[in-house]
Amino acid sequence: MVESRLTRVLLRLGAGATLAFIYFPLFVIAIYAFNENISQTWPIEHYTTKWFGVAWRDENVRDALLLSVKAALGATAIALVLGTLAALAVSRYRFFGKETISFLVILPIALPGIITGLALQATILNVLDPIGISFSIWTIIIGHATFCIVVVYNNAVARSRRIGGSLQEASMDLGADAWQTFRFVTFPQLRTALLAAALLAFALSFDEVVVTIFTSGAQQTLPIWIFTNFGRPRELPIVNVVALFVIFASIIPVWIAQRIAGGGLATERPGKGAVAAAIDAEP
Amino acid sequence: MTSVPQAEPPPRGSPGRRLSTFLFRHDRIRLGGLLAGPLGWLVVIYLGSLFLLLLASLWDTEPFTSEVVHNWTLDNFKRIFEEPVYRDVAWRTVSMAVYVTIADAVLAFPVAYYMARVASPRTRNILVVAVLTPLWASYLVKAYVWRTMLGEEGIINWLLAPFGLELQGKSSLGLWLSFTYLWLPFMILPIYAGLERIPHSLLEASADLGGRSLRTFLRVTLPLVFPAVVAGSIFTFSLTLGDYILPTLIADEQFIGTVIYTDRGSNLPVAAAFAMVPIAVMTLYLFVAKRLGAFESL
Amino acid sequence: MKGRKARVARWAVFGLLVAALSVVAAGCGGGDEEGASTQIEGLGSTIEEIQANARDEGQTNLVIWGGYADKSWADQFTQETGCKVNTKDGAGSDDMVDLMATGAWDGVSASGDATLRLIAKGDVAPVNFDLTPNYADVFPGLKDQPYNTVDGVGYGVPHGRGPNFMVFRNDIVPAGTDSWAPIWDGSYPNKLSIYDSQNFIADAAVYLKATQPDLNITNPYELDDTQFQAAVDLLKQQRPNIGKYWDGVTYADQVTTFKSGETVVGTTWPYQVNLMAAEKPPLKVTAIKPKEGTTGWSDTWMIYSKAAHPNCMYLWMNYIISPEANAKVAEYFGEAPSNEKACALTADANHCATYHADDEAWWEDIYYWSTPQADCGDDRGEVCKTYEDWRAAWTEVKG
Repeated sequence: MVESRLTRVLLRLGAGATLAFIYFPLFVIAIYAFNENISQTWPIEHYTTKWFGVAWRDENVRDALLLSVKAALGATAIALVLGTLAALAVSRYRFFGKETISFLVILPIALPGIITGLALQATILNVLDPIGISFSIWTIIIGHATFCIVVVYNNAVARSRRIGGSLQEASMDLGADAWQTFRFVTFPQLRTALLAAALLAFALSFDEVVVTIFTSGAQQTLPIWIFTNFGRPRELPIVNVVALFVIFASIIPVWIAQRIAGGGLATERPGKGAVAAAIDAEP
Repeated sequence: MTSVPQAEPPPRGSPGRRLSTFLFRHDRIRLGGLLAGPLGWLVVIYLGSLFLLLLASLWDTEPFTSEVVHNWTLDNFKRIFEEPVYRDVAWRTVSMAVYVTIADAVLAFPVAYYMARVASPRTRNILVVAVLTPLWASYLVKAYVWRTMLGEEGIINWLLAPFGLELQGKSSLGLWLSFTYLWLPFMILPIYAGLERIPHSLLEASADLGGRSLRTFLRVTLPLVFPAVVAGSIFTFSLTLGDYILPTLIADEQFIGTVIYTDRGSNLPVAAAFAMVPIAVMTLYLFVAKRLGAFESL
Repeated sequence: MKGRKARVARWAVFGLLVAALSVVAAGCGGGDEEGASTQIEGLGSTIEEIQANARDEGQTNLVIWGGYADKSWADQFTQETGCKVNTKDGAGSDDMVDLMATGAWDGVSASGDATLRLIAKGDVAPVNFDLTPNYADVFPGLKDQPYNTVDGVGYGVPHGRGPNFMVFRNDIVPAGTDSWAPIWDGSYPNKLSIYDSQNFIADAAVYLKATQPDLNITNPYELDDTQFQAAVDLLKQQRPNIGKYWDGVTYADQVTTFKSGETVVGTTWPYQVNLMAAEKPPLKVTAIKPKEGTTGWSDTWMIYSKAAHPNCMYLWMNYIISPEANAKVAEYFGEAPSNEKACALTADANHCATYHADDEAWWEDIYYWSTPQADCGDDRGEVCKTYEDWRAAWTEVKG
């Protein structure tokens, strides 16, 4: 250890404090899920578990959850395809404008969501609607896929650079065609990076609200349902319950992703990679 | 003398194989094929949409119905540059973005450093999960719980009361706290990745050469991890710059995002013109970030 | 080959020119004006047809004011018609107009400052009252009003009306207060709860109408330059005293802020007053219509001209103004119902009397939300501030 003992103790304290800071409001959400009253003052006067039952029976919540899952799956699928294609192009070739590609790919997630949302809505209203594509799960997917591409792209580029092109060339030399090479050589090497990226793209899409408000029309994904209902007096407690459920349910995929990436979920030795997937979980 | 046996031409193979061979020989076309999908999508759908927004900013509205009328005009840009309220709002937003970024960097460092260099591999795994899980807690719910906590009879004042303190929560201070909280994980992870990338040998060498903890940190670690900090800052900055939900929810202050949001229908051209401001700011920011090597740290 | 190439080139250029011109024409040309028709694609022509079609549609998407489609009457509607009711609370009239413009919603409960704009944009279709039989029982005072009828054509069914009350904590603000003065004179710094929309400028005008008669304000929505400036100045004075803004999405927050004393006086809808009374224990608040008068709203259900579920929407329009449902929503929200027969069905027998459903004199100093226009409507001519001016001023006031 290079760091002095004192430093390590201080670091432990600092890390603990920050983690406490991160988790404290989540505990508050959990507590408010048991609040009976409509007003949100503290301390809570009456506790109840009735909201859990109400949330469970609420049809709108279940529909919203289903829509969120479907949209996230669709967006992740598209992002996987497009992100991998772009990553293979960038990591294997030298060409004019290569730098611009990484710039272009990161733009949808680096520009504030309201701009992306407003711009996409303008497209939906003026271009897609006249040709028959109105607000539907597809407009939601289009929006989400656009900024999920970068998540896959970063992961795939990192992994692709690491594995190099020699195995592919060997495969071609031995007589495999492009598809066989991809199926039997390239893809298996990329697989875990893509899986980690897919899980995080899914998370990104699942929790997304700022752009989805503009691309969803009258439909409700789970975040839209929350947005529509957190101001309604009778619905707010259900919102807290739903939030609690989502937090707990999400531990599972995060844990799986951690196992798959073999401890390298947040970093991809020696370099870039899965961290981009993690950090790109834009609200 | 027997004739030289004619070599059989190699089998032509299936269409797939023929295509594959063709692509193998013409790698420009292969490259184009790879790029067509993603590039097409991003350029047509994304840049195309931004272009529509730009067009809208150059048009006019009918005063009663607020419908966009296709009269070319620069009045919208004139308005956002001349009227002081837009300048105030922009300044307020950018300053808040800076404060939030600084706060997040400071808060993220201990956790990231601990995870990267001090924790055992098992603890590290647990911590990574611990830091990632809150990302799944809905942004909206987190925003709303902060509003509740910051209320006059919210939990924060309840905790501060024994010390005789009170937080005027529905204020810029409360807003800063909320933003810092929300974007913190986006700063922790790149810094963690950046710190992990530093070879242990470098730090050992520095220690061997007589550098104590602080010196090593300032002279060796910090410069090496700086691009990662910039990478994280792209998100904290951008997310604060465009947020349109928190400022209204918590502080009743107008930010760039909230002004664009409220004007999006009643005066889309002005909203679109104002939207060019964060686009310009972020494009510049990305440019600078790239120079500083942040893209490698993503 | 020169001739052929030249011919191809010529056709190509011609084709491009036509394409370019048609794009420009599509962009620049206005649609030609057709008489607005009650016909909507997919709408049945008789009530039986509508009911049958509605079962196929299965749902209707509505933009509403919070509380207008509570489960206690919406669920019964779904049972009777097979139409599920999906709703979104509009933050304000502007938000509602924006949402309707996206085309994703079938109908809206529009206040007077949204109705005419929606009609002018062609986003709402006139209503065929033969297909909404309950319309016959609507109070005459709500029919054929300037905000829901244009050129004799009715564009919606009246929902009900109400005032924007002044609400205050009666243990902090003197219990007998009868004037808007507390929210304008700075007596309660940082404790005001104010509606976040540019039509609050009209509230400032209402106050100035009484306190500065030399401004000659007659209609708070028709303000010329001097009057408008006075109102905006008054609002800028008020701005530092605002404790928390509220709107059609965050209205329930008022319960919390009034309970904690974070805000002690402000504007509100009767809905929040009901919510405050329902707290355990009930909040110590009083809600009044101050002596200077106030702004208010008279809401109309309108149907999107290209609604995806027009049949369900028609059934909803008829249902919400039926005596039973109208009574329920009027009591739940705290407004005067639109259907005369609803008065006999309210749980509180005095509801209609309390809310002045039939007392036109009470509504005389309540100025329904409307859209400001350049035409002052009197002999001043076209010098009044427009909706756009109001919007810009509000952004400026908020700072």
